Amino acid sequence: MEDVLNRDIRAGARLLRWIDDGVGEARSILKQLYSHTGKAAIVGITGNPGAGKSTLVDQLITRYRAQKKTVAVVAVDPSSPFSGGAILGDRIRMQEHALDEGVFIRSFATRGHLGGLTGTTADVVHVFDAMGWDLVLVETVGVGQDEVEVQRLAHTTVVVMAPGMGDEIQAIKAGILEIADIFAVNKSDRDGADRTVRELRLMLDMGKEAIQQQQERVCPPGWMPRVIKTVSTKGEGIDELMTALAEHRKAYENACRDPNFVRARLRREFLDVFRRTLFTRGWSYLMHEDHLKEVVEKLQDGSSDPYTLAKQAVNALGRL
Amino acid sequence: MDEERKIRVLIAKPGLDGHDRGAKVVARSLRDAGMEVIYTGLHQTPEMIVATAIQEGVDAVGMSIMSGAHNVLMPAVVDGLLAKGAEDIVVFGGGIIPDDDMESLKKKGIKGLFTPGTSTETIISWVRENVKPS
Repeated sequence: MEDVLNRDIRAGARLLRWIDDGVGEARSILKQLYSHTGKAAIVGITGNPGAGKSTLVDQLITRYRAQKKTVAVVAVDPSSPFSGGAILGDRIRMQEHALDEGVFIRSFATRGHLGGLTGTTADVVHVFDAMGWDLVLVETVGVGQDEVEVQRLAHTTVVVMAPGMGDEIQAIKAGILEIADIFAVNKSDRDGADRTVRELRLMLDMGKEAIQQQQERVCPPGWMPRVIKTVSTKGEGIDELMTALAEHRKAYENACRDPNFVRARLRREFLDVFRRTLFTRGWSYLMHEDHLKEVVEKLQDGSSDPYTLAKQAVNALGRL
Repeated sequence: MDEERKIRVLIAKPGLDGHDRGAKVVARSLRDAGMEVIYTGLHQTPEMIVATAIQEGVDAVGMSIMSGAHNVLMPAVVDGLLAKGAEDIVVFGGGIIPDDDMESLKKKGIKGLFTPGTSTETIISWVRENVKPS
């Protein structure tokens, strides 16, 4: 615990492992760490597979380090739905920072969790925050349209797109296009970049009022998403992206002076922890004394139905 | 508890050779065996491998070396982990390694060594037997 707060890499890395593996001791340490959180700026990076998220993260690390800020990176890749294994390769593009003590990169596998993150990313971010890293960059798996969880976690969400990956119709769909505080149209040296930028701006312009109303409690009030062209392999547009990130940070900090804004955030955070606590508790009940086996037997001999049995199991939790 | 301990392995390519097919085959077969494999790409120095292993909280580091520099690079990683208090991380390796070098590498703390032609099943069962989640 003390070692984690003193930013001991080994102690922090081990705690992250316990969190990832669901080891019981992690929870009591997280409780104690919580009062040390709230200082880091949390930036989410999401977007389609192959849009260039990892390369962009690599560029952002370089810029933040030039500002003497310390950076932790949470890089999420998918687990195989069949074997449960995973190859985590996001950090290949970030290895030039491997020896920088001001950078901590940690890869995670989704382990069956949907939504673009792992089931415990919120806890992981708390650990990095408590350890005192100035920035926590959260890179999601390559997402489609509905993996929007990162927005609940991050203070600022960057959606990375590449030109030619969708037409106008894609752009007015709900989902990841609604969660962006900043759009990075990456690989913008390719054909179609200007068109993608134009379509995004048009979409944002049309949806202006809706965005401001719906996102009021998530986004800083009055913030209109920015569209920035980048070529992350060449470092182009990164200055503009950094400026947009700084502007959003300022807007976010201003919004935090409003108790309603903070309340909405704390509410989201609590519901996330509550949901996971409930699930863990329910799961351990089912795994205890053959409860799950009994349920399946009742289903198999037709003496009950899944709805009744699920309700019974949940009711039994209260009596434990 | 909703506890699920997984074996995490770093597969690294130290040194200057660019032959990473073997490393990728091993990475993939460990994945198919249900393990989480961090792959760092080519041309890693021992220092980078040590720092990555610690940040990633892995249980083992597997190195693939085709350049003949195994006598230098493999023990450098073992020593680096020791210096950072991470000697519990199991180190293994593969590549074109002459028999004479095998003994001395094992003495220097490389727990498992695999030469070309080893089946992926052999490597998987060796990892399962010798590596436990920390």
